[in-house]
Amino acid sequence: MWPRIKRWLAALWRTIRRPSIHYSLGFLTLGGFIAGVLFWGAFNTGLELTNTEAFCTGCHEMRDNVFQELKTTIHYTNRSGVRATCPDCHVPHQWTDKIARKMQASKEVYGKIFGTVDTREKFLDHRLELAQHEWARLKANDSLECRNCHNYTSMDLTRQSTRAAEIHKRWLGSGEKTCIDCHKGIAHHLPDMTGVPQG
Amino acid sequence: MRQKPLIVILALVVLVAAAIGFAVGRKSSPEPRVVSSPPTASPAIASTAEPVHAGDQIDAIRRGAPVNQEIAAPLMARVENADIKRVRAYPMQPPTIPHSIDNYQIDKNSNRCLLCHARANADKFQAPPVSVTHYMDRNDQFLATISPRRYFCNQCHVVQTDAKPLVANNFKDIDSILSEEHDKKAN
Repeated sequence: MWPRIKRWLAALWRTIRRPSIHYSLGFLTLGGFIAGVLFWGAFNTGLELTNTEAFCTGCHEMRDNVFQELKTTIHYTNRSGVRATCPDCHVPHQWTDKIARKMQASKEVYGKIFGTVDTREKFLDHRLELAQHEWARLKANDSLECRNCHNYTSMDLTRQSTRAAEIHKRWLGSGEKTCIDCHKGIAHHLPDMTGVPQG
Repeated sequence: MRQKPLIVILALVVLVAAAIGFAVGRKSSPEPRVVSSPPTASPAIASTAEPVHAGDQIDAIRRGAPVNQEIAAPLMARVENADIKRVRAYPMQPPTIPHSIDNYQIDKNSNRCLLCHARANADKFQAPPVSVTHYMDRNDQFLATISPRRYFCNQCHVVQTDAKPLVANNFKDIDSILSEEHDKKAN
């Protein structure tokens, strides 16, 4: 087996190393460039396709559990009609971070194939663990996905209720806490929170 | 056509009979209801903003609309969110919540109210801590956490909206009664 692969690889290496006999330099460079553009475009389009609410709710695991909970919150419907869809909060917007998150998400593909949370009961059993992953991620990046829209420097504290203004000034303004420290369960229901620090 | 006058007379007779029958029928039917007849409506109801149809009043929830009519729904009242504490509206009233509690999760998994109002967290959020009685079980023994029978906050504590009160309330708390008594004696 191994000698055969070795022979095959050696032949491939020889072909790659040799200058082209039939194709011109212009064809190869231009063709390579165009193929690269096509590949890149297709790759990014495919990636963006997986970054939509329709794709996320295509699986019943998401549609029947977390999506139903999101529907009752202000991030789904509100007076101004701006909706935060799944990837707005769960996928980083920066390209490198996004690719890193997408690679992590291969675990979720595994979970989908092997039905890790394919019933309500299984989902509830895993809910705390799943939530903790998201809390840890948002804590580590200082609630980056929240801050893509909610910026402390853009907050008009006088338009908030006095209670909210006080707390934001004291904890968020000082940088002691980040959004997710207090706003766990802002878009989904909370799992059993005994022993989980809140606020 | 020798019967022509006969037919005309017959037609006239039928018409007159119909007219008499109509007049008699109208008279014997009950009086049509007058919308603005005041005597049956009590003055308290009559003074509310919405018109009250005395005879047709079947259900107060319909706000005086006849059953065969659909009236526009009143505007939804807004929850008061000014963080200003209110006095009680009756003796032993559980204090009302002076802020909105939209989407607060209170179930066996989590209690959003206690995030700020638990005695352990009250300092962090400068929230009024829940009363110590809420930490006592039915034998007056203190527990480390909120007593299960006090867990569901909005069974007793509720938000208030800017809706117009349907019923007037002239409750006075004991302090104002005592001060009135004192003033009376002084005079």
